[in-house]
Amino acid sequence: MRYSALKIFKEALTGHKGWKPVWRKAEPQSHYDYIIIGGGGHGLATAHYLASKFKQKRIAVLEKGWIGGGNVGRNTTIIRSNYMLNGNEAFYEFSLKLWEGLEQDVNYNAMVSQRGVLNLYHSDPQRDAYVRRGNSMKLHGADAVLLDQSGVRKLYPFLNFDNARFPILGGLLQPRGGTVRHDAVAWGYAHAADKHGVDIIENCEVIGFDIQNGVCSGVETSRGYIGARKIGVAVAGNSSRLMSKANMRLPMESHVLQAFVSEGLKPVLDGVVTYGAGHFYVSQSDKGGLVFGGDIDGYNSYAQRGNLPVVEDVCEGGMSIMPRIGKARLLRMWGGIMDMSMDGSPIIDKTHIEGLYFNGGWCYGGFKATPASGYSFAHLMATDTHHETASAYRMDRFSRGFMIDEKGQGAQPNLH
Amino acid sequence: MIINHPLLGPRDASEFVYHGDAHLMQRPNPKSETADKDFHDYMYLRENIAGEMRELWFHEQGDRSWLVITRNTLTHDITKVELARNIKREQIKEAQQ
Ligand SMILES: Cc1cc2nc3c(=O)[nH]c(=O)nc-3n(C[C@H](O)[C@H](O)[C@H](O)COP(=O)(O)OP(=O)(O)OC[C@H]3O[C@@H](n4cnc5c(N)ncnc54)[C@H](O)[C@@H]3O)c2cc1C
Repeated sequence: MRYSALKIFKEALTGHKGWKPVWRKAEPQSHYDYIIIGGGGHGLATAHYLASKFKQKRIAVLEKGWIGGGNVGRNTTIIRSNYMLNGNEAFYEFSLKLWEGLEQDVNYNAMVSQRGVLNLYHSDPQRDAYVRRGNSMKLHGADAVLLDQSGVRKLYPFLNFDNARFPILGGLLQPRGGTVRHDAVAWGYAHAADKHGVDIIENCEVIGFDIQNGVCSGVETSRGYIGARKIGVAVAGNSSRLMSKANMRLPMESHVLQAFVSEGLKPVLDGVVTYGAGHFYVSQSDKGGLVFGGDIDGYNSYAQRGNLPVVEDVCEGGMSIMPRIGKARLLRMWGGIMDMSMDGSPIIDKTHIEGLYFNGGWCYGGFKATPASGYSFAHLMATDTHHETASAYRMDRFSRGFMIDEKGQGAQPNLH
Repeated sequence: MIINHPLLGPRDASEFVYHGDAHLMQRPNPKSETADKDFHDYMYLRENIAGEMRELWFHEQGDRSWLVITRNTLTHDITKVELARNIKREQIKEAQQ
């Protein structure tokens, strides 16, 4: 089934009886060329690019729950490529370019909206740091605009500019950044992968690996044994848990990150704004809810729910830069489990076990990476070489001393 | 989360700073032949358990003691709180015997 304006028109005239499921419910076969574990954004994108760009066949995605139930359906939908370091910026810019053509590529409306991401600065040194970051972005072909206070006032006159402690002095704007409807990304990639013959198998949890003489040739699942030539793991917050079944310890901790949505309001905020002096960021969804969040809770957790001190901290941040948010009522809040790595950057690499590939360590920023992560993981699995923009995301970079630590925080995951 | 401090009684978790897996108390021996690898593993690799885990918390907004807390990462339930100091003393005593 292809989605198009003509199809909508035809369906409207014929009582909407011709719509089909977005992907078919596949039954597991006994053997595949490729198994991708984890039906989140990254796993589905990997399967899509393996089939469509790298022309591989006999691919399955195994998902323990349902498509869209993980972080891909829990995040705050922000996309951007405003990183600074060499190992990162080219990768995230590649991702942003893929976002720009995503809907045509997967034939699905994911509501990619380049409404601009604005990082506020509150002091002269912070402005200097943003200048440096903006220059680095431009050197990598991304877009960045430094705004002074009057520039920010023009965009968002209602912000709290004259806060005595943290006045808003300006901001670094990435006009091509924005938001994407998160679960439509999962559905869109699932739809496109399915069209290329990928089996998407839900309610199928991987519980072990078949590893003999250093070679992985299959997985034990809740629906029986499935063999494969190559197996890729993309399970985000559950990375350490699953890789321990292959006797691997990862440079990672799992932490909970919370998100919040207010009641639906008339349009008040047309871009994404982040606070530079506290942990707070906000945008408005097309349904009208203010979508906002802040810091991770800061302790290991697999509970998918957080605690009240962070709720208070996030609300304080909101009141500090955007006092009018205090009038809005909170509608929903939830948590997701983040695979926080030791330097705040991800891993896309082969493991020391032949046939077993790993993708994870996305911290709280893996949604924006979804297209490039899927593309470069597919590149790695199909060709056994690293994609040029993802060649720094190696598993052994900690022992070699090649950390990619944007904030320079060191090996303490709750500080990234 | 409420942490039942062995000296101060029940305290809110927001008074504490989280450091991580309690194995971080076990610094490797720098004189060992395998020190390079041992320090890499100590510094960068974690158990990251889904379930009961022993972890180090620092009472920064309180008496500045280090605690070893046994906590379930699936439910956030805390079942045991000990002074890290006491545990370390025991370990040193055992090592000397
Ligand atoms: C509150 C919140 C806000 C966020 N905001 C942003 C943001 O604004 N911008 C941004 O870029 N990023 C954001 N993120 C991060 C982003 O959502 C994640 O980094 C990204 O979604 C992770 O990749 P994924 O989509 O593949 O993960 P998931 O959707 O979590 O996919 C992993 C899948 O693996 C499955 N799985 C796990 N174990 C097994 C097993 N044993 N067998 C089979 N399947 C298994 C899980 O069920 C899950 O569906 C946010 C995250 C949260 C929680």
